[in-house]
Amino acid sequence: MSATPAIAVADVVKQYGERRALDGLSLSVAPGEVFGLLGPNGAGKTTTVEILEGYREPDAGVVRVLGLDPVRDGARLRPRIGVMLQEGGLYPGLTAREVLRLFAAYYAEPDDPMALLARVGLEDAARTMVRRLSGGQRQRLSLATALIGRPQVVFLDEPTAGMDPHARATTWTLVRELAEREVTVMLTTHAMDEAEHLCDRVAIVDHGRVVASGRPTELTRSLARDEVELVSEPGIDVAALAGALGLGSDRVRERRPGEYVLAAPGTPDLVADLAAWMRDRGHRIDVLHTGRRSLEEVFLRLTGDDAAPTAVPGP
Amino acid sequence: MRAVLAQSRAELALTLRRGESLLVSFAIPIGILVFFAEVAPVSTDLDDPVAFLVPGVLALAVMSTAMVSLAIATGYERRYGVLKRLGSTPLSRGGLLAAKTVNVLAIEVLQAVVVVVTGVLLGWEATGGLVLAVVFLLLGTVAFAGIGLLMAGRLRAEATLALANGCFLVLLFLGGMAYPLEDLPRILRDVAQVLPAAALSESVRAACTPGVAVPTWSVVVLGLWAVGAPVLAARAFRWEE
Repeated sequence: MSATPAIAVADVVKQYGERRALDGLSLSVAPGEVFGLLGPNGAGKTTTVEILEGYREPDAGVVRVLGLDPVRDGARLRPRIGVMLQEGGLYPGLTAREVLRLFAAYYAEPDDPMALLARVGLEDAARTMVRRLSGGQRQRLSLATALIGRPQVVFLDEPTAGMDPHARATTWTLVRELAEREVTVMLTTHAMDEAEHLCDRVAIVDHGRVVASGRPTELTRSLARDEVELVSEPGIDVAALAGALGLGSDRVRERRPGEYVLAAPGTPDLVADLAAWMRDRGHRIDVLHTGRRSLEEVFLRLTGDDAAPTAVPGP
Repeated sequence: MRAVLAQSRAELALTLRRGESLLVSFAIPIGILVFFAEVAPVSTDLDDPVAFLVPGVLALAVMSTAMVSLAIATGYERRYGVLKRLGSTPLSRGGLLAAKTVNVLAIEVLQAVVVVVTGVLLGWEATGGLVLAVVFLLLGTVAFAGIGLLMAGRLRAEATLALANGCFLVLLFLGGMAYPLEDLPRILRDVAQVLPAAALSESVRAACTPGVAVPTWSVVVLGLWAVGAPVLAARAFRWEE
């Protein structure tokens, strides 16, 4: 990580009346990184992003974007950042093209509005009023307004919420292009596959604190479990299978008809023995799942109501 | 500067696309001018209804644009998150306010032209101190814009819509615009004396009428509203609904 982070958040506290939205949140994002904020609803993701955008001031702690204080140095920072709000922010009575041209006029060296409109897949909707655009189209126009000023840091609050798969793919491509141009991106998302595909690093936020952070692969590896899942026909002799694999008979069980769980690390040897045994008995293998948890599982484990604080290595 | 120009152009385009706002800004003042001058002069004791009506309708036009249109447009911009979104662009609050001012003044100039031309066609002779009248109309614009932004910055968009139209109607009745304040019952006249609508129409009418002194009370009331309403609006304004 470079010496000066693009985004630095240290021990930030934000209180809304009785509710503590952020409770000592800290994170750091390097220039050119795509950073994902994950967490359940109400965890503090949007509050964090809106503090970084200069919309709210923290009650305690220090926040810097490109070395600037988002509120005090707002006038110097705003030309260098791009913002996509979770919803709204567009004049319903202007066309897509008018909106983008208007936003282009706010910045010193903007991107070409029509070219950007084409890149987000809205060239056919250029003359359509915002109020007649679909939800996904509005999301893409909102994304375009975040990019029109050629920002150095982009904040995307749930950028693909409500998008169809096609629009989502377009958005992912755009975010990857930003990363290639060394633009720093901070995005929030509920979609774990999005985080896994797009983000260099993620932080999982719950109750206003970072409960885990790191590369998506680090997070999933750190919580790898010694378990193999197998889906096949129902009624396989689990005792015989356990014996063949050299496991205690209680370590192989049929969780639901046709769904088997082996309490053992999914090593290549085990998988080879399992496959040989299944072949000899003429059993199918429909699904075989070993080891690594998906980010989704990590997320659910860390942010559930009964989630105990889990030690997860930081970045 | 480029940002403020582009913003002004966008605001103007939005205003001109809102049919209902044009109805309030143009059709109602002209309708009142023509109706009360030609069809149903309410007060028989007015020897020159057009001379009475033109200044009042100019005041009404200012009220419709600076209060009603501005409040409704701004209220819905707040509802749709537009104001919030602009807050993270390089367009400053001052720049946004400048663009809205340009928008309001441009519509008011159009209204004034239409009202004056209609008035002249109805026989109005512009003889008074028009510079002073313009100064009062600008003062009225500040006062009514303050009231409009106070509603828009604090209430839900639907409430702003209802209240702005309601105020427009009440202030039209109590504004000395379509008929003289003297036609009102005493109690209503007293209330009207402290409201900005009558203060504006009386001031403008006096300025437009040769040999009539500008009523101090009206100018003082107008000045107080022009200072108080924007100050209150600035303090109460919330950028997010």
